[in-house]
Amino acid sequence: MRLAGVVWAIGRNTLTELVRQKVFYFLLIFALLVIGNSAFIAKLSFQEQFQMLKDISLGAMSVFGALVAILATANFLPKDMEDRTIYTILAKPVPRHCYLLGKLCGILALLAVAIFLMSGVFIAVLWIRESAVLAETRVQFASAPPEELALAVKEVTASTFNANLLPGILVIFIKSALLASLTLFLSTFATSSIFTILMAVALYFIGHLQATAREYWLSGLDVEWWSRFLAALVSLLFPDLQAFNLTDDIIAGTAVPLKLFLGTAALGGIYIAVYFALSALVFSGREL
Amino acid sequence: MSWRQSAAVLLLALCGAAMLPFQGRLAREAQAAYFQKTLLDIDLRERIGQAGFLAALSGFRSPLAAILWIDAHSAWENTEWGRMAGLFDTVTTLQPRSLTYWDMAAWHMAWNASTAAMQNEKQPSEALRIKAQREYFNLGRDFLERGIKNNPDRSELYLQLAVLLRDKFEDHCAAAEAFAKAAAFSDAPPYAARFACYELAKCPGREREAYEKLRALWLQGEKQRLPSLINFLRELENRLDIPAAARIDSAPAHPQN
Repeated sequence: MRLAGVVWAIGRNTLTELVRQKVFYFLLIFALLVIGNSAFIAKLSFQEQFQMLKDISLGAMSVFGALVAILATANFLPKDMEDRTIYTILAKPVPRHCYLLGKLCGILALLAVAIFLMSGVFIAVLWIRESAVLAETRVQFASAPPEELALAVKEVTASTFNANLLPGILVIFIKSALLASLTLFLSTFATSSIFTILMAVALYFIGHLQATAREYWLSGLDVEWWSRFLAALVSLLFPDLQAFNLTDDIIAGTAVPLKLFLGTAALGGIYIAVYFALSALVFSGREL
Repeated sequence: MSWRQSAAVLLLALCGAAMLPFQGRLAREAQAAYFQKTLLDIDLRERIGQAGFLAALSGFRSPLAAILWIDAHSAWENTEWGRMAGLFDTVTTLQPRSLTYWDMAAWHMAWNASTAAMQNEKQPSEALRIKAQREYFNLGRDFLERGIKNNPDRSELYLQLAVLLRDKFEDHCAAAEAFAKAAAFSDAPPYAARFACYELAKCPGREREAYEKLRALWLQGEKQRLPSLINFLRELENRLDIPAAARIDSAPAHPQN
Protein backbone atom coordinates (compact mmCIF):
# COMPACT_ATOMS: atom_id res chain seq x y z
CA MET A 1 0.00 0.00 0.00
CA ARG A 2 2.85 2.34 0.95
CA LEU A 3 4.62 1.50 -2.30
CA ALA A 4 1.48 2.25 -4.28
CA GLY A 5 1.46 5.68 -2.63
CA VAL A 6 5.11 6.16 -3.62
CA VAL A 7 4.39 5.18 -7.23
CA TRP A 8 1.36 7.50 -7.28
CA ALA A 9 3.42 10.44 -5.91
CA ILE A 10 6.25 9.92 -8.42
CA GLY A 11 3.78 9.46 -11.28
CA ARG A 12 1.85 12.61 -10.41
CA ASN A 13 5.06 14.56 -10.06
CA THR A 14 6.33 13.30 -13.44
CA LEU A 15 3.11 14.34 -15.13
CA THR A 16 3.25 17.82 -13.54
CA GLU A 17 6.88 18.20 -14.60
CA LEU A 18 6.10 17.23 -18.20
CA VAL A 19 3.12 19.58 -18.33
CA ARG A 20 5.35 22.40 -17.06
CA GLN A 21 7.77 21.66 -19.90
CA LYS A 22 4.98 22.81 -22.24
CA VAL A 23 4.78 19.40 -23.91
CA PHE A 24 1.17 20.07 -24.87
CA TYR A 25 2.18 22.85 -27.25
CA PHE A 26 2.43 20.16 -29.91
CA LEU A 27 -1.36 20.03 -29.75
CA LEU A 28 -1.42 23.42 -31.45
CA ILE A 29 0.47 21.94 -34.39
CA PHE A 30 -1.90 18.98 -34.40
CA ALA A 31 -4.94 21.26 -34.37
CA LEU A 32 -3.47 23.39 -37.19
CA LEU A 33 -2.78 20.25 -39.21
CA VAL A 34 -6.30 18.89 -38.77
CA ILE A 35 -8.11 22.20 -39.33
CA GLY A 36 -5.82 23.18 -42.22
CA ASN A 37 -6.30 19.79 -43.83
CA SER A 38 -10.05 20.06 -43.41
CA ALA A 39 -10.12 23.47 -45.11
CA PHE A 40 -7.90 22.29 -47.97
CA ILE A 41 -10.00 19.23 -48.79
CA ALA A 42 -13.31 21.09 -48.77
CA LYS A 43 -13.44 20.92 -52.60
CA LEU A 44 -13.43 17.11 -52.63
CA SER A 45 -16.52 14.90 -52.39
CA PHE A 46 -17.76 14.34 -48.84
CA GLN A 47 -16.62 10.68 -48.83
CA GLU A 48 -13.13 11.79 -49.85
CA GLN A 49 -13.14 14.63 -47.30
CA PHE A 50 -13.98 12.37 -44.38
CA GLN A 51 -11.55 9.70 -45.53
CA MET A 52 -8.69 12.27 -45.79
CA LEU A 53 -9.58 13.84 -42.48
CA LYS A 54 -9.45 10.48 -40.72
CA ASP A 55 -6.29 9.42 -42.57
CA ILE A 56 -4.35 12.57 -41.72
CA SER A 57 -5.70 13.00 -38.17
CA LEU A 58 -5.19 9.44 -36.98
CA GLY A 59 -1.81 9.31 -38.76
CA ALA A 60 -0.77 12.53 -36.97
CA MET A 61 -2.04 11.14 -33.65
CA SER A 62 0.10 8.07 -34.17
CA VAL A 63 3.20 10.18 -35.03
CA PHE A 64 2.72 12.60 -32.12
CA GLY A 65 1.97 9.73 -29.72
CA ALA A 66 5.18 7.93 -30.72
CA LEU A 67 7.24 11.14 -30.53
CA VAL A 68 5.93 12.10 -27.09
CA ALA A 69 6.46 8.55 -25.81
CA ILE A 70 10.07 8.33 -27.02
CA LEU A 71 11.19 11.89 -26.22
CA ALA A 72 9.56 12.16 -22.78
CA THR A 73 10.85 8.75 -21.67
CA ALA A 74 14.36 9.14 -23.08
CA ASN A 75 14.78 12.43 -21.29
CA PHE A 76 13.72 11.73 -17.73
CA LEU A 77 16.62 9.56 -16.43
CA PRO A 78 19.46 11.80 -17.67
CA LYS A 79 17.52 14.88 -16.52
CA ASP A 80 16.85 13.50 -13.04
CA MET A 81 20.54 12.63 -12.76
CA GLU A 82 21.60 16.06 -13.94
CA ASP A 83 19.18 17.79 -11.54
CA ARG A 84 20.19 15.29 -8.85
CA THR A 85 16.54 14.70 -7.97
CA ILE A 86 17.03 10.97 -8.47
CA TYR A 87 19.51 10.88 -5.56
CA THR A 88 17.05 12.66 -3.28
CA ILE A 89 14.30 10.20 -4.19
CA LEU A 90 16.38 7.03 -3.98
CA ALA A 91 17.97 8.13 -0.68
CA LYS A 92 14.52 7.62 0.85
CA PRO A 93 13.04 4.11 1.25
CA VAL A 94 11.93 4.06 -2.36
CA PRO A 95 12.78 0.87 -4.26
CA ARG A 96 14.29 1.52 -7.66
CA HIS A 97 11.56 -0.38 -9.48
CA CYS A 98 8.94 1.86 -7.78
CA TYR A 99 10.80 4.91 -9.02
CA LEU A 100 10.76 3.53 -12.59
CA LEU A 101 7.13 2.47 -12.32
CA GLY A 102 6.11 5.91 -11.06
CA LYS A 103 7.94 7.56 -13.93
CA LEU A 104 6.38 5.18 -16.47
CA CYS A 105 2.90 5.79 -15.02
CA GLY A 106 3.44 9.56 -15.27
CA ILE A 107 4.42 9.23 -18.93
CA LEU A 108 1.49 6.93 -19.67
CA ALA A 109 -0.82 9.48 -18.03
CA LEU A 110 0.69 12.18 -20.24
CA LEU A 111 0.11 9.99 -23.32
CA ALA A 112 -3.48 9.29 -22.27
CA VAL A 113 -4.21 13.01 -21.82
CA ALA A 114 -2.46 13.90 -25.10
CA ILE A 115 -4.33 11.26 -27.12
CA PHE A 116 -7.60 12.22 -25.44
CA LEU A 117 -7.10 15.89 -26.36
CA MET A 118 -6.05 15.06 -29.92
CA SER A 119 -9.12 12.84 -30.27
CA GLY A 120 -11.23 15.74 -29.02
CA VAL A 121 -9.82 18.09 -31.68
CA PHE A 122 -10.24 15.43 -34.38
CA ILE A 123 -13.83 14.59 -33.42
CA ALA A 124 -14.75 18.29 -33.17
CA VAL A 125 -13.41 19.02 -36.68
CA LEU A 126 -15.09 15.89 -38.06
CA TRP A 127 -18.38 16.90 -36.44
CA ILE A 128 -18.16 20.45 -37.87
CA ARG A 129 -17.47 19.09 -41.37
CA GLU A 130 -20.29 16.59 -41.01
CA SER A 131 -22.72 19.33 -39.95
CA ALA A 132 -21.70 21.43 -42.98
CA VAL A 133 -22.17 18.50 -45.38
CA LEU A 134 -25.52 17.58 -43.79
CA ALA A 135 -26.75 21.17 -44.16
CA GLU A 136 -25.74 21.12 -47.86
CA THR A 137 -27.45 17.75 -48.33
CA ARG A 138 -30.70 19.00 -46.75
CA VAL A 139 -30.72 21.99 -49.11
CA GLN A 140 -30.01 19.78 -52.16
CA PHE A 141 -32.75 17.29 -51.21
CA ALA A 142 -35.29 19.91 -50.11
CA SER A 143 -37.72 18.97 -52.87
CA ALA A 144 -36.94 15.22 -52.84
CA PRO A 145 -39.16 12.62 -51.09
CA PRO A 146 -38.34 12.16 -47.37
CA GLU A 147 -37.04 8.60 -47.96
CA GLU A 148 -34.41 9.88 -50.40
CA LEU A 149 -33.34 12.58 -47.97
CA ALA A 150 -33.12 10.00 -45.18
CA LEU A 151 -30.95 7.76 -47.41
CA ALA A 152 -28.65 10.67 -48.31
CA VAL A 153 -28.31 11.70 -44.65
CA LYS A 154 -27.59 8.08 -43.69
CA GLU A 155 -24.86 7.91 -46.32
CA VAL A 156 -23.20 11.07 -44.94
CA THR A 157 -23.36 9.98 -41.29
CA ALA A 158 -22.10 6.49 -42.18
CA SER A 159 -18.98 8.05 -43.79
CA THR A 160 -18.11 10.09 -40.70
CA PHE A 161 -18.42 8.45 -37.31
CA ASN A 162 -18.40 4.76 -36.69
CA ALA A 163 -17.87 2.77 -33.51
CA ASN A 164 -14.60 1.35 -34.85
CA LEU A 165 -12.80 4.67 -34.46
CA LEU A 166 -12.66 4.12 -30.68
CA PRO A 167 -10.66 0.84 -30.78
CA GLY A 168 -8.47 2.53 -33.43
CA ILE A 169 -7.64 5.37 -31.05
CA LEU A 170 -7.10 2.94 -28.15
CA VAL A 171 -4.65 0.94 -30.27
CA ILE A 172 -2.70 4.17 -30.96
CA PHE A 173 -2.48 4.68 -27.18
CA ILE A 174 -1.34 1.09 -26.57
CA LYS A 175 1.34 1.37 -29.25
CA SER A 176 2.59 4.67 -27.76
CA ALA A 177 2.63 3.11 -24.27
CA LEU A 178 4.63 0.17 -25.63
CA LEU A 179 7.15 2.59 -27.16
CA ALA A 180 7.42 4.42 -23.82
CA SER A 181 8.14 1.12 -22.05
CA LEU A 182 10.68 0.10 -24.72
CA THR A 183 12.42 3.48 -24.45
CA LEU A 184 12.49 3.11 -20.66
CA PHE A 185 14.29 -0.22 -21.09
CA LEU A 186 16.81 1.38 -23.47
CA SER A 187 17.41 4.31 -21.15
CA THR A 188 18.47 1.97 -18.34
CA PHE A 189 21.37 0.86 -20.56
CA ALA A 190 22.15 4.21 -22.11
CA THR A 191 24.45 6.94 -20.96
CA SER A 192 22.81 9.80 -22.85
CA SER A 193 19.33 10.73 -24.02
CA ILE A 194 20.52 11.13 -27.63
CA PHE A 195 21.63 7.50 -27.69
CA THR A 196 18.28 6.40 -26.25
CA ILE A 197 16.29 8.45 -28.78
CA LEU A 198 18.33 7.17 -31.74
CA MET A 199 18.03 3.58 -30.57
CA ALA A 200 14.30 3.93 -29.94
CA VAL A 201 13.70 5.40 -33.40
CA ALA A 202 15.78 2.60 -34.98
CA LEU A 203 13.81 0.01 -33.00
CA TYR A 204 10.58 1.67 -34.11
CA PHE A 205 11.45 0.94 -37.74
CA ILE A 206 12.85 -2.53 -37.01
CA GLY A 207 9.73 -3.34 -34.96
CA HIS A 208 7.59 -2.74 -38.02
CA LEU A 209 9.63 -5.33 -39.91
CA GLN A 210 9.55 -7.91 -37.11
CA ALA A 211 6.48 -9.66 -38.55
CA THR A 212 8.20 -9.98 -41.95
CA ALA A 213 11.38 -11.34 -40.31
CA ARG A 214 9.31 -13.78 -38.22
CA GLU A 215 7.46 -15.11 -41.26
CA TYR A 216 10.75 -15.47 -43.15
CA TRP A 217 12.38 -17.29 -40.24
CA LEU A 218 9.50 -19.64 -39.57
CA SER A 219 8.70 -20.32 -43.24
CA GLY A 220 11.54 -22.86 -43.33
CA LEU A 221 12.96 -21.57 -46.62
CA ASP A 222 16.24 -23.10 -47.67
CA VAL A 223 18.47 -20.01 -47.29
CA GLU A 224 21.91 -19.15 -45.87
CA TRP A 225 22.23 -19.93 -42.12
CA TRP A 226 23.26 -16.37 -41.26
CA SER A 227 20.20 -14.96 -43.01
CA ARG A 228 17.91 -17.18 -40.93
CA PHE A 229 19.92 -16.35 -37.80
CA LEU A 230 19.42 -12.62 -38.37
CA ALA A 231 15.70 -13.10 -38.97
CA ALA A 232 15.47 -15.16 -35.76
CA LEU A 233 17.33 -12.48 -33.83
CA VAL A 234 14.96 -9.76 -35.05
CA SER A 235 11.93 -11.96 -34.32
CA LEU A 236 13.01 -12.75 -30.78
CA LEU A 237 14.44 -9.44 -29.60
CA PHE A 238 12.15 -6.84 -31.14
CA PRO A 239 8.47 -6.12 -30.63
CA ASP A 240 5.96 -6.76 -33.41
CA LEU A 241 4.80 -3.19 -34.01
CA GLN A 242 3.00 -4.12 -37.22
CA ALA A 243 0.39 -5.89 -35.06
CA PHE A 244 -0.66 -2.46 -33.77
CA ASN A 245 -1.26 -0.97 -37.20
CA LEU A 246 -4.99 -1.59 -37.26
CA THR A 247 -5.89 2.06 -37.73
CA ASP A 248 -5.13 2.12 -41.49
CA ASP A 249 -7.79 -0.48 -42.15
CA ILE A 250 -10.19 0.85 -39.51
CA ILE A 251 -10.26 4.20 -41.35
CA ALA A 252 -11.07 2.32 -44.54
CA GLY A 253 -14.15 0.90 -42.83
CA THR A 254 -12.95 -2.53 -41.74
CA ALA A 255 -14.67 -3.63 -38.53
CA VAL A 256 -12.40 -4.80 -35.70
CA PRO A 257 -13.54 -8.10 -34.18
CA LEU A 258 -13.53 -7.89 -30.37
CA LYS A 259 -11.25 -10.92 -30.16
CA LEU A 260 -8.65 -9.25 -32.40
CA PHE A 261 -8.82 -6.00 -30.43
CA LEU A 262 -8.46 -7.79 -27.09
CA GLY A 263 -5.60 -9.91 -28.47
CA THR A 264 -3.78 -6.77 -29.68
CA ALA A 265 -4.35 -5.04 -26.34
CA ALA A 266 -3.08 -8.15 -24.51
CA LEU A 267 0.03 -8.25 -26.73
CA GLY A 268 0.67 -4.59 -25.93
CA GLY A 269 0.16 -5.24 -22.21
CA ILE A 270 2.61 -8.17 -22.26
CA TYR A 271 5.27 -6.12 -24.06
CA ILE A 272 4.84 -3.23 -21.62
CA ALA A 273 5.14 -5.57 -18.63
CA VAL A 274 8.17 -7.41 -20.07
CA TYR A 275 10.07 -4.22 -20.95
CA PHE A 276 9.27 -2.73 -17.56
CA ALA A 277 10.44 -5.86 -15.70
CA LEU A 278 13.69 -5.92 -17.68
CA SER A 279 14.20 -2.18 -17.09
CA ALA A 280 13.80 -2.78 -13.35
CA LEU A 281 16.31 -5.65 -13.52
CA VAL A 282 18.97 -3.58 -15.29
CA PHE A 283 18.28 -0.41 -13.30
CA SER A 284 18.54 -2.24 -9.95
CA GLY A 285 22.24 -2.84 -10.60
CA ARG A 286 23.07 0.41 -12.30
CA GLU A 287 25.66 2.65 -10.65
CA LEU A 288 24.31 6.15 -10.27
CA MET B 1 28.19 -5.47 -20.27
CA SER B 2 27.16 -6.38 -16.72
CA TRP B 3 25.55 -9.73 -15.90
CA ARG B 4 22.22 -7.96 -15.38
CA GLN B 5 22.33 -6.50 -18.88
CA SER B 6 23.26 -9.88 -20.38
CA ALA B 7 20.48 -11.54 -18.38
CA ALA B 8 18.02 -8.89 -19.58
CA VAL B 9 18.88 -9.56 -23.24
CA LEU B 10 18.64 -13.31 -22.68
CA LEU B 11 15.29 -12.97 -20.91
CA LEU B 12 14.07 -10.72 -23.72
CA ALA B 13 14.92 -13.42 -26.26
CA LEU B 14 13.15 -16.05 -24.13
CA CYS B 15 10.04 -13.86 -23.83
CA GLY B 16 10.20 -13.28 -27.59
CA ALA B 17 10.30 -17.04 -28.18
CA ALA B 18 7.38 -17.59 -25.80
CA MET B 19 5.32 -14.94 -27.59
CA LEU B 20 5.96 -16.26 -31.13
CA PRO B 21 2.86 -18.51 -31.27
CA PHE B 22 0.66 -15.71 -29.91
CA GLN B 23 2.05 -13.22 -32.43
CA GLY B 24 1.50 -15.69 -35.27
CA ARG B 25 -2.07 -16.40 -34.18
CA LEU B 26 -2.83 -12.69 -33.87
CA ALA B 27 -1.41 -12.03 -37.36
CA ARG B 28 -3.60 -14.80 -38.81
CA GLU B 29 -6.68 -13.41 -37.01
CA ALA B 30 -5.90 -9.94 -38.39
CA GLN B 31 -5.56 -11.33 -41.92
CA ALA B 32 -8.84 -13.22 -41.57
CA ALA B 33 -10.57 -9.98 -40.50
CA TYR B 34 -9.16 -8.22 -43.63
CA PHE B 35 -6.43 -6.33 -41.75
CA GLN B 36 -2.89 -5.79 -43.04
CA LYS B 37 -3.55 -7.15 -46.51
CA THR B 38 -1.42 -4.53 -48.24
CA LEU B 39 1.38 -6.05 -50.27
CA LEU B 40 4.46 -3.91 -49.62
CA ASP B 41 6.70 -5.14 -52.42
CA ILE B 42 9.41 -3.87 -54.77
CA ASP B 43 6.82 -2.70 -57.30
CA LEU B 44 5.22 -0.41 -54.72
CA ARG B 45 8.69 0.73 -53.58
CA GLU B 46 9.44 1.89 -57.14
CA ARG B 47 6.17 3.77 -57.38
CA ILE B 48 6.27 5.67 -54.06
CA GLY B 49 10.01 6.17 -53.60
CA GLN B 50 12.21 5.26 -50.67
CA ALA B 51 10.77 7.77 -48.18
CA GLY B 52 7.21 6.81 -49.06
CA PHE B 53 8.01 3.13 -48.74
CA LEU B 54 9.59 3.71 -45.33
CA ALA B 55 6.46 5.60 -44.25
CA ALA B 56 4.26 2.78 -45.52
CA LEU B 57 6.35 0.23 -43.64
CA SER B 58 6.18 2.28 -40.45
CA GLY B 59 2.43 2.28 -40.18
CA PHE B 60 1.63 5.43 -42.14
CA ARG B 61 -0.04 3.82 -45.13
CA SER B 62 -3.28 5.75 -44.79
CA PRO B 63 -1.80 9.29 -44.47
CA LEU B 64 0.50 8.50 -47.43
CA ALA B 65 -2.50 7.32 -49.45
CA ALA B 66 -4.37 10.53 -48.52
CA ILE B 67 -1.47 12.71 -49.70
CA LEU B 68 -1.20 10.81 -53.00
CA TRP B 69 -4.98 11.09 -53.44
CA ILE B 70 -4.76 14.88 -53.12
CA ASP B 71 -1.98 14.72 -55.75
CA ALA B 72 -4.32 12.69 -57.99
CA HIS B 73 -7.00 15.32 -57.48
CA SER B 74 -4.57 18.00 -58.73
CA ALA B 75 -3.82 15.77 -61.73
CA TRP B 76 -7.57 15.62 -62.39
CA GLU B 77 -7.82 19.41 -62.33
CA ASN B 78 -5.06 19.46 -64.97
CA THR B 79 -6.71 16.58 -66.89
CA GLU B 80 -3.55 14.45 -66.66
CA TRP B 81 -5.41 11.16 -67.04
CA GLY B 82 -2.35 8.93 -67.34
CA ARG B 83 -0.76 10.31 -64.17
CA MET B 84 -4.08 9.99 -62.39
CA ALA B 85 -4.39 6.32 -63.30
CA GLY B 86 -0.88 5.66 -61.94
CA LEU B 87 -1.60 7.52 -58.70
CA PHE B 88 -4.92 5.71 -58.26
CA ASP B 89 -3.13 2.44 -58.69
CA THR B 90 -0.67 3.34 -55.93
CA VAL B 91 -3.35 4.69 -53.58
CA THR B 92 -5.50 1.60 -53.95
CA THR B 93 -2.46 -0.61 -53.36
CA LEU B 94 -1.72 1.29 -50.15
CA GLN B 95 -5.32 1.29 -48.93
CA PRO B 96 -7.01 -1.73 -50.51
CA ARG B 97 -9.83 -1.70 -47.94
CA SER B 98 -10.99 1.82 -48.72
CA LEU B 99 -14.09 1.61 -50.91
CA THR B 100 -13.98 5.38 -51.57
CA TYR B 101 -10.63 5.07 -53.35
CA TRP B 102 -11.68 2.13 -55.58
CA ASP B 103 -15.05 3.70 -56.34
CA MET B 104 -13.70 7.17 -57.16
CA ALA B 105 -10.77 5.77 -59.18
CA ALA B 106 -13.18 3.71 -61.30
CA TRP B 107 -15.54 6.65 -61.72
CA HIS B 108 -12.76 9.01 -62.83
CA MET B 109 -11.49 6.47 -65.37
CA ALA B 110 -14.77 5.12 -66.75
CA TRP B 111 -16.74 8.36 -66.78
CA ASN B 112 -14.41 11.37 -66.82
CA ALA B 113 -11.31 10.08 -68.62
CA SER B 114 -13.37 8.13 -71.16
CA THR B 115 -15.46 11.21 -72.01
CA ALA B 116 -12.32 13.31 -72.32
CA ALA B 117 -10.81 10.68 -74.64
CA MET B 118 -13.92 10.70 -76.81
CA GLN B 119 -13.87 14.50 -77.02
CA ASN B 120 -10.13 14.73 -77.61
CA GLU B 121 -9.74 17.31 -80.39
CA LYS B 122 -6.09 16.43 -80.89
CA GLN B 123 -7.11 12.98 -82.15
CA PRO B 124 -8.71 13.26 -85.59
CA SER B 125 -9.43 9.53 -85.95
CA GLU B 126 -12.79 8.59 -84.45
CA ALA B 127 -11.79 4.93 -84.37
CA LEU B 128 -8.81 5.76 -82.18
CA ARG B 129 -10.95 7.98 -79.94
CA ILE B 130 -13.42 5.15 -79.45
CA LYS B 131 -10.53 2.77 -78.75
CA ALA B 132 -9.16 5.14 -76.10
CA GLN B 133 -12.62 5.48 -74.60
CA ARG B 134 -12.97 1.67 -74.36
CA GLU B 135 -9.58 1.45 -72.71
CA TYR B 136 -10.72 3.86 -69.98
CA PHE B 137 -13.95 1.87 -69.53
CA ASN B 138 -11.82 -1.23 -69.05
CA LEU B 139 -9.56 0.60 -66.62
CA GLY B 140 -12.62 1.59 -64.56
CA ARG B 141 -13.87 -1.97 -64.62
CA ASP B 142 -10.46 -3.25 -63.61
CA PHE B 143 -10.41 -0.93 -60.57
CA LEU B 144 -13.83 -2.16 -59.47
CA GLU B 145 -12.98 -5.83 -59.99
CA ARG B 146 -9.75 -5.49 -58.03
CA GLY B 147 -11.65 -3.54 -55.37
CA ILE B 148 -14.17 -6.37 -55.07
CA LYS B 149 -11.38 -8.91 -54.81
CA ASN B 150 -10.00 -6.94 -51.84
CA ASN B 151 -13.43 -6.29 -50.31
CA PRO B 152 -15.57 -9.34 -51.01
CA ASP B 153 -17.47 -8.71 -47.76
CA ARG B 154 -19.05 -5.39 -48.84
CA SER B 155 -21.83 -4.63 -51.32
CA GLU B 156 -20.95 -1.12 -52.55
CA LEU B 157 -18.41 -2.02 -55.24
CA TYR B 158 -20.67 -4.72 -56.70
CA LEU B 159 -23.28 -1.98 -57.14
CA GLN B 160 -20.81 0.35 -58.84
CA LEU B 161 -19.63 -2.46 -61.11
CA ALA B 162 -23.23 -3.21 -62.05
CA VAL B 163 -23.84 0.46 -62.93
CA LEU B 164 -20.66 0.53 -65.04
CA LEU B 165 -21.60 -2.68 -66.87
CA ARG B 166 -25.11 -1.35 -67.49
CA ASP B 167 -24.28 2.22 -68.54
CA LYS B 168 -20.91 1.94 -70.25
CA PHE B 169 -20.62 -1.66 -71.48
CA GLU B 170 -24.37 -2.21 -71.96
CA ASP B 171 -23.77 -5.79 -70.83
CA HIS B 172 -27.12 -6.37 -69.14
CA CYS B 173 -26.52 -10.01 -68.26
CA ALA B 174 -23.30 -9.19 -66.38
CA ALA B 175 -24.94 -6.12 -64.81
CA ALA B 176 -27.84 -8.28 -63.57
CA GLU B 177 -25.37 -10.68 -62.00
CA ALA B 178 -23.47 -7.85 -60.26
CA PHE B 179 -26.70 -6.25 -58.95
CA ALA B 180 -27.84 -9.65 -57.69
CA LYS B 181 -24.52 -10.15 -55.87
CA ALA B 182 -24.91 -6.72 -54.24
CA ALA B 183 -28.50 -7.49 -53.28
CA ALA B 184 -27.37 -10.64 -51.46
CA PHE B 185 -25.68 -8.52 -48.77
CA SER B 186 -27.74 -7.64 -45.72
CA ASP B 187 -26.77 -3.95 -45.92
CA ALA B 188 -27.57 -3.61 -49.65
CA PRO B 189 -30.00 -0.84 -50.64
CA PRO B 190 -33.51 -2.10 -51.49
CA TYR B 191 -33.21 -1.04 -55.14
CA ALA B 192 -30.36 -3.54 -55.77
CA ALA B 193 -32.74 -6.52 -56.04
CA ARG B 194 -35.11 -4.57 -58.33
CA PHE B 195 -32.29 -3.38 -60.57
CA ALA B 196 -30.98 -6.94 -60.85
CA CYS B 197 -34.38 -7.96 -62.23
CA TYR B 198 -34.58 -4.98 -64.61
CA GLU B 199 -31.21 -5.92 -66.08
CA LEU B 200 -32.18 -9.57 -66.25
CA ALA B 201 -35.26 -8.56 -68.24
CA LYS B 202 -32.92 -7.04 -70.85
CA CYS B 203 -30.69 -10.13 -70.93
CA PRO B 204 -31.58 -12.26 -74.00
CA GLY B 205 -32.97 -15.66 -73.11
CA ARG B 206 -33.54 -14.90 -69.42
CA GLU B 207 -36.86 -13.09 -69.70
CA ARG B 208 -38.84 -15.87 -67.98
CA GLU B 209 -36.46 -15.84 -65.00
CA ALA B 210 -36.69 -12.04 -64.85
CA TYR B 211 -40.49 -12.20 -64.98
CA GLU B 212 -40.67 -14.66 -62.09
CA LYS B 213 -38.31 -12.61 -59.95
CA LEU B 214 -40.09 -9.35 -60.71
CA ARG B 215 -43.45 -10.92 -59.94
CA ALA B 216 -42.08 -12.24 -56.63
CA LEU B 217 -40.98 -8.69 -55.77
CA TRP B 218 -44.34 -7.30 -56.84
CA LEU B 219 -46.10 -9.80 -54.58
CA GLN B 220 -44.10 -8.46 -51.61
CA GLY B 221 -46.46 -5.48 -51.47
CA GLU B 222 -46.82 -1.76 -52.04
CA LYS B 223 -43.19 -0.90 -51.21
CA GLN B 224 -41.94 -2.83 -54.24
CA ARG B 225 -44.73 -1.74 -56.61
CA LEU B 226 -42.84 1.14 -58.15
CA PRO B 227 -43.72 2.47 -61.63
CA SER B 228 -40.53 1.04 -63.23
CA LEU B 229 -41.16 -2.40 -61.78
CA ILE B 230 -44.77 -2.40 -62.96
CA ASN B 231 -43.73 -1.26 -66.44
CA PHE B 232 -41.10 -4.00 -66.70
CA LEU B 233 -43.63 -6.59 -65.52
CA ARG B 234 -46.28 -5.47 -68.03
CA GLU B 235 -43.75 -5.52 -70.84
CA LEU B 236 -42.60 -9.02 -69.91
CA GLU B 237 -46.18 -10.23 -69.58
CA ASN B 238 -46.75 -9.16 -73.16
CA ARG B 239 -43.50 -10.62 -74.45
CA LEU B 240 -44.01 -13.93 -72.66
CA ASP B 241 -47.70 -14.12 -73.50
CA ILE B 242 -48.78 -14.50 -69.91
CA PRO B 243 -52.50 -15.43 -69.65
CA ALA B 244 -54.76 -12.51 -68.73
CA ALA B 245 -55.83 -14.12 -65.45
CA ALA B 246 -52.23 -14.33 -64.24
CA ARG B 247 -51.34 -10.74 -65.14
CA ILE B 248 -50.79 -8.18 -62.41
CA ASP B 249 -53.67 -6.02 -63.59
CA SER B 250 -56.10 -8.83 -62.74
CA ALA B 251 -54.50 -9.54 -59.34
CA PRO B 252 -55.95 -8.07 -56.12
CA ALA B 253 -54.49 -4.64 -55.23
CA HIS B 254 -53.17 -5.90 -51.87
CA PRO B 255 -51.34 -9.18 -51.46
CA GLN B 256 -53.02 -11.91 -49.41
CA ASN B 257 -50.97 -13.05 -46.44
